[in-house]
Amino acid sequence: MFSYCTEPSQLESLRWFSCFLTNGVHLKFYTSFGTVLLLLAITAPVALSFGFIGAVASRSHFPPLSFLGKLYTAMVRGIPDIAFFLFFVIALDQGLEWLRHQALCPDWTDPIRQGANFLVCPEAKLPQSSSPQIWHEIYNSAIAIFTFSIVFGAFASNVLFGAMKAVPYAQIETAHAYGMSNRQTFWRILVPQMWVYALPGLSNLWMILIKATPLLFLLGVEDIVYWAREIGGSKTSAYTYPHPDWRIYYFLGLLVFYLVFTRVSEIALSRLTRKLSHGQATLAGEQQRREA
Amino acid sequence: MNRLILSTAVLALTAGAAMAQDVVRMGTEGAYPPYNFINDSGNPDGFEIELGNELCKRAELTCEWVTNDWDSIIPNLTSGNYDTIMAGMSITDEREEVIDFTQNYYPPTASVYVALDDDADLTGVVAAQVNTIQAGYVAESGATLLEFATGDETIAAVRNGEADAVFADLDFLAPFAAEEADLSIVGEPVPLGGGIGMGLRESDTEMKAKFDAIITEMKADGTLNTMLKKWFGDETQTYE
Repeated sequence: MFSYCTEPSQLESLRWFSCFLTNGVHLKFYTSFGTVLLLLAITAPVALSFGFIGAVASRSHFPPLSFLGKLYTAMVRGIPDIAFFLFFVIALDQGLEWLRHQALCPDWTDPIRQGANFLVCPEAKLPQSSSPQIWHEIYNSAIAIFTFSIVFGAFASNVLFGAMKAVPYAQIETAHAYGMSNRQTFWRILVPQMWVYALPGLSNLWMILIKATPLLFLLGVEDIVYWAREIGGSKTSAYTYPHPDWRIYYFLGLLVFYLVFTRVSEIALSRLTRKLSHGQATLAGEQQRREA
Repeated sequence: MNRLILSTAVLALTAGAAMAQDVVRMGTEGAYPPYNFINDSGNPDGFEIELGNELCKRAELTCEWVTNDWDSIIPNLTSGNYDTIMAGMSITDEREEVIDFTQNYYPPTASVYVALDDDADLTGVVAAQVNTIQAGYVAESGATLLEFATGDETIAAVRNGEADAVFADLDFLAPFAAEEADLSIVGEPVPLGGGIGMGLRESDTEMKAKFDAIITEMKADGTLNTMLKKWFGDETQTYE
């Protein structure tokens, strides 16, 4: 990074640290914070839309659909996250490869399952073994994001289902009395009003989602926990910057990061709650009206 | 999601057409210095990386390094996530049942105990990396085995008193014993395993023969010995 970093063993401590903290692995460590934020930025809206679909399905008057919606919530809510993650990531990967195998290699005669191995034809591999490493990483992250979205979508579905029920029934009746169809009532009356009831549950979910991101490490994505452990571990002179076991400082840094991040989220969410309560027939909305 | 998979497939196809040579994905752990590790620039480095690159150069293959956790390194080879393993993996009968090995590129060397003081109880609690021949040996030696996912954690366990000693390859532990004032090698070295070889899927016989021939060639012309001395010091065992 800096010009004086060529001989780190000769440097005094301040310069040594300035070189150490800007070396290649540290830059990867800093980038991995971006990976985590990107994961959150994609997962949150996707999970919310899964949740919305789940909630609408659960409310459906068509029995099979409402059964599916309720099954989705019950299944994911009842299974430990980690078990679901470990299972679903493998199942999704093998399922996709199996489908591609059926489509691309109809003449393949060897069994796919040979003992502990899952062997599909080379054309069906995802991603292709000849593709660059970056695609392998993107594929792994995409599967992880999808799994996160399914799990958190189920929780969101439950929250939204409850929020839709919490909208005062008089509002719905009035809408019908004005001659609105079911669809119009849903989109114009129910959905705009349900958010304020959903927000406490959703903001709680957002906090849990932030705190669940180290699960990425479990799925083999090189996230901040991976790099903290990797860089913090004691290093011998095989490395350019030998140092003793510093994992405690790196993990401490992660604690601070998560604490700051959740605190900032809390502030942002409480502002949003205030905004959404405006003009609502809730206690908070009523207070705002009196103060005004 | 669909678009992503589609673009991956498209890219893979075009990439495949652009490169005349096959890409061989080389699996390694990246956490076992000086055999293989991620260096300070964030790239794979170490004895096996240098050797692997030389093998690929001589075989005229394009190689790409992939890191994978040690405990799932064999399953991910057999399911085709990469094509070879060069991760300080000793050739053993149990592993031979699942995968194939080339001839060894690192001669059979001793494993040693490292502890905080010289009269540490080697039949007490001994730390070892999971699924290694050393872990197997400790389990049979009568000591209480404490397993960890990485080599680094086994050393941390001795430091914080969780384990009485750590048992691993001499060349992995030697730098720690030499550079850290509190750690030293204790007890007698134990010869284990049949040396370290490159692991391949049992179906890849052609690639195995190719790498076997090049390792023989490198043993004969002395380049392998030069690499061994560079990474493990002049005292290390070499090939005749």
